Amino acid sequence: MIGIISYLAFFLTIALILAIAVLGLNLQWGFTGLFNGGIVAFFGAGAYGMVLLGGSERIDGFGGFGLPYPIALTGGIALAGILAVLVGIATTRLRHDYLAIATFGVAIALESLVRNAEFLTGGAKGLRGFERPFESVVNSNLGYNLLFLGFVVLCLLLVYGFLEILVRSPFGRLLRAVRENERAARALGKSPPGIRLTAFVLGSMIMGLSGALYATFYAFISPQDLAPILTFQIWAMLIVGGSGNNKGAILGTLVVWGAWVGSGWLLSTLAPSDWQLYAGSIQYILIGSIIVFSLLWRPRGLLPEKLSTHDYSTQLRQSTQQSTQQTTQQTTQQTTQQSQEIHTKPTEAT
Amino acid sequence: MLQSLFDGILVGSILSLGAIGLTLIMHILRFANFSHAELISMGAYFTLTLDAMFAAISSTLVTQLPMLSVTISLVLAMLFALMITGILAATIDKLVFKRLREKAGPLTMVFASFGIGLIIRNVIGLVYGLKSTHYNSDIAFAMMLSSDPLLLVKADQLFILGITVVVMLGLHLFMSRTSVGYALRAISENPVLAQINGINLGAMVRLAWLIGGALATLAGVCYALNNQLSPVMGRDLVLSLFAAAIVGGIGSIYGAALGGLIVGLAGSLALLIIPTGYKPAVPFLIILLALYIRPNGLFGEEQ
Repeated sequence: MIGIISYLAFFLTIALILAIAVLGLNLQWGFTGLFNGGIVAFFGAGAYGMVLLGGSERIDGFGGFGLPYPIALTGGIALAGILAVLVGIATTRLRHDYLAIATFGVAIALESLVRNAEFLTGGAKGLRGFERPFESVVNSNLGYNLLFLGFVVLCLLLVYGFLEILVRSPFGRLLRAVRENERAARALGKSPPGIRLTAFVLGSMIMGLSGALYATFYAFISPQDLAPILTFQIWAMLIVGGSGNNKGAILGTLVVWGAWVGSGWLLSTLAPSDWQLYAGSIQYILIGSIIVFSLLWRPRGLLPEKLSTHDYSTQLRQSTQQSTQQTTQQTTQQTTQQSQEIHTKPTEAT
Repeated sequence: MLQSLFDGILVGSILSLGAIGLTLIMHILRFANFSHAELISMGAYFTLTLDAMFAAISSTLVTQLPMLSVTISLVLAMLFALMITGILAATIDKLVFKRLREKAGPLTMVFASFGIGLIIRNVIGLVYGLKSTHYNSDIAFAMMLSSDPLLLVKADQLFILGITVVVMLGLHLFMSRTSVGYALRAISENPVLAQINGINLGAMVRLAWLIGGALATLAGVCYALNNQLSPVMGRDLVLSLFAAAIVGGIGSIYGAALGGLIVGLAGSLALLIIPTGYKPAVPFLIILLALYIRPNGLFGEEQ
């Protein structure tokens, strides 16, 4: 029983840490239509940034300042944000697939950096020696894992709440406007490159948070954790769950992570020993197929994006009423009637 | 230094072959195809299989060309693989990209291309094994043309350079002298106007995939001759291909050819100042530099 609980806690901790990254991707791809080809870079920046700032002192290299955990965590998130600004400024003005190429590139560049810059990142050995917060207070291993799971859930809820408020705010509508029709957004005097950059950097910082939590959980980070497959997994989670829907993103994470762990377990128990070498390839094909077939057959995912025509039209009506009342009194009656007619139609249709 | 220059030009010419196909597709279909590099692996591995088949059919085919490690059967196999890879590329487009084009935006195709690339790469790994191989096990004994310690040149490498020059010249003549070449350029410049003039969009898209697949196969075989075959060869090349296409300017064939040389030379010369481990980051730095300084590339037009 204890075994099952501790395994379940472990599974959920990792899945929910990844769910945070999926929420970050949802802000970029789901709401703004930005393609991030190197999620793992921002995840990694958060992880390494956090360990370098919060880890215990290193004899053979830079970093290990032993800063308090909240500061280290913020530092990791900030590093992911800086990386995103660097890539974002160069690409958000350009052809949309340039962002995909540049982010794909930054992941490769970061991986080669952490693999080789031993002085900074410990090279292939990675960075160890990180004291997890409250580790000395809680005695049992299971107890600590449950406590940490609670902390991850708290972070997930904070990110979820933040994103829900964000996408319902005027800025959220702006994001979707840029995604759906950039030219129309520009015609209304908005600046799509700036909006895209903001969404990209915010999403990348959320991925940085995810990476930092991951490194905290293991108290260890190495280039092995930054394998390119992570980027693919996170995409698969979002597209299965439903891009543009934050609940869907979390659901998709649990489904795909379950399928990943389950298929790994099946292959390791059922496959003959000379096939074990290829188990990874089979799992990768599984993830690739999930992505391609979801895009072809179920592009909106398990929980599709809710385009709330009703809320939107009410808000619009209110705002038109306010603005027209302020300006001219004579035409007020007419315009509100007109706008009501125009904006109630789609609501009735749905 | 001299050796670095030579290696850079050699790798660059291989990259050019791959980047030309990539830039064609990026321009006509307006999406960055991340699975393009997997066509390189596919072509190289198809050549491996066909080479073994031809060698089994007739022993005369196994004779090596003078001074080279390349056999007649390998050349034959490559020619068949060109066609097979091209047709497969067009088939993948028909099965996946075409459907996504009809109902979703270009970025969805980018998304799918990552998935397709992942599938192809791992299927190759399953079928051919994860270890790297060579076409010819005595490749190491291929004739050295120059024994000067400052510059080692293998005959095979000159063969690769020769192939790329001939192919690029052929492609140049095709694009600038034939009506099909004109049609292809017209479609990539302005699809609507070209269709009004009676050019068949579907046929041109298929042609672009055929050319892209064929050039990718050539690049794959040349790369395998110079290095080795491995299931991840495409993944290792993909960023360099994009760097070449962006430096040259998306849609420009000559730009991609020149961009390939620039990226190849930069990668090879960079090793003179930075440790080998950082080499994978070089194409990314080139891309970032190009996007900051000259986002439309050397020969690209405003997007």
